[in-house]
Amino acid sequence: MGEKMLMKGNEAIGEAAIRAGCYFYFGYPITPQSELTAYMSKKLPKIKNAAFIQAESEVAAINMVYGAAATGVRTMTSSSSPGISLKQEGISYIACAELPCVIVNMQRGGPGLGSIQPGQADYFQATKGGGHGDYHLIVLAPSSVQELVDLTMDAFDLADKYKNPAMILGDGLIGQMMESVEFKERKKIDLPDKEGWILTGCKGREKNYIVPFNLDPYEMEKLNFKIQDKYNELKEKEVRYETINLENADLIVVAYGTVARIVKTVIDNAKKEGINIGLIRPITLFPFPEKIIAETSEKVNKFLVAEMSLGQMVEDVKLAVNGKIEVNFYGRVGGVIPTQSEILTEIKKYLK
Amino acid sequence: MKKVFGKPKSLTKDPFTYCPGCHHGIAHRLVAEAVDEFGIREKTIGVCPVGCSVFAYVFFDCDMICAAHGRAPAVATGIKRAKPDSIVFTYQGDGDLASIGTAEIVHTANRGENITVIFINNAIYGMTGGQMAPTTLVGQVTQTSPYGRDAKTMGYPMKVAEMLAALKGVTYISRVALNKPANIIKAKKSIKKAFQIQLEGKGFSLVEILSTCPTNWGLSPIEANKWVEENMIPYYPLGELKTPEEVS
Repeated sequence: MGEKMLMKGNEAIGEAAIRAGCYFYFGYPITPQSELTAYMSKKLPKIKNAAFIQAESEVAAINMVYGAAATGVRTMTSSSSPGISLKQEGISYIACAELPCVIVNMQRGGPGLGSIQPGQADYFQATKGGGHGDYHLIVLAPSSVQELVDLTMDAFDLADKYKNPAMILGDGLIGQMMESVEFKERKKIDLPDKEGWILTGCKGREKNYIVPFNLDPYEMEKLNFKIQDKYNELKEKEVRYETINLENADLIVVAYGTVARIVKTVIDNAKKEGINIGLIRPITLFPFPEKIIAETSEKVNKFLVAEMSLGQMVEDVKLAVNGKIEVNFYGRVGGVIPTQSEILTEIKKYLK
Repeated sequence: MKKVFGKPKSLTKDPFTYCPGCHHGIAHRLVAEAVDEFGIREKTIGVCPVGCSVFAYVFFDCDMICAAHGRAPAVATGIKRAKPDSIVFTYQGDGDLASIGTAEIVHTANRGENITVIFINNAIYGMTGGQMAPTTLVGQVTQTSPYGRDAKTMGYPMKVAEMLAALKGVTYISRVALNKPANIIKAKKSIKKAFQIQLEGKGFSLVEILSTCPTNWGLSPIEANKWVEENMIPYYPLGELKTPEEVS
């Protein structure tokens, strides 16, 4: 048993990252994630050989991550929606250079400067690449502060394992919320050796170089195929999701993060009214749990996707269902959180 | 027979692919010689920019990484903070450093990051075919200032070295040229001093190198060297703008 603490989501991410061996953090203040930057500024200077920098911009922060990751250390940056948009150039370079790192996006309402309340409208940006070129992040979507902790630690392992940037896609609600968390003892896992590619000076070896480009299109295509192979492996091995009450459900809700949390209460309330609702909660948004969604759509013919967006994950659910059944959608945006009763009312519409 | 001249160890065997008369080759060699003479090749990490010298990773025989356009100082910061014992340099052109990367260079300098910046100023964008740079001289014709740079609408050429020398966190700033042997000798000394400062942990050092771009200037290599003398040096005076002695 690890120790239990009462922690704010944003600070819990920081603590989890440090415990996962991330001693190099580069960030820029933005609501609603600034507590994470502040936490790192407090803790990292107390650790030997660690570094915290409040960068001049989100752009600089992600490029500091790029440089640090190139030396083989665990490194992280964090922000919220508008700041994550600024990081996209750097993220594309990191994905192309196949460097591991963790990026946290505690989403807020968008587009533009948007609002500072929670949102889920960065789903497309997070899961489809976000920047230029064909790449994906490993995207993990926590639904509680405990899961923020566990997934942050997992994100570093997955990033190292696949030499790919990983993103924690939370939102302002989970970031600002306080819950009891436990920092569990973690099993040591085998991760690939970084020695072959990191930049540490070429003592006793040929030089290493990290170059996110190739002017020969055929070579550049080969690099794309190689990166694509990793995504296929991720789809095969790393899909995670939670299911509730799939058997005997009259309707399945697909929701992630904060919305999934709300739906869990909706399920309990509906039960009291004699309505059976099931939940599929994707934990990895990339790779997306399409198989369980496809299989469930063979058994239950009513689906509702609920998001704090105007319909983003619903597209992936529709692709998984592949036209076999109708997939309905309910969303609130701009920082508005859907209420339990709203979602239940919506569900009832499709059960008539 | 005694070998009196050869390629520095810190350069690979690859022949330079830069245009005839371009100063990148000389600048690469001087940096490599400095690295050799300090015996630091095996702990040096170079950061190349976007622009003609994106290919610097091919020519330097030490660990290398390519940064996004203008971001080399941020990448170098990440490397240096993660591996403080390594010697880190960026090699950036004027489009990269003085235009798209102004925020990164100013703040990296202001933090006093213990890195060395080699700043190639040839008053034009080379790789993309000769467009106006922030350093393009007033009246200079480029692809995107076909009637000459008009200071009224396009601003005056930016003196980055002077700007950075004004920052308290900066340790060493100099401006050198490569248009004649005497200047090359001075440039070498300055580059060595910049690396020396990093080796001693004294902080941020930058050497601005006035360079040629015969191809995009539409001049022969010899005319280009003359153009540096007659047009660039009067506006961008050579010499040390800030040295460690001046640091309080």
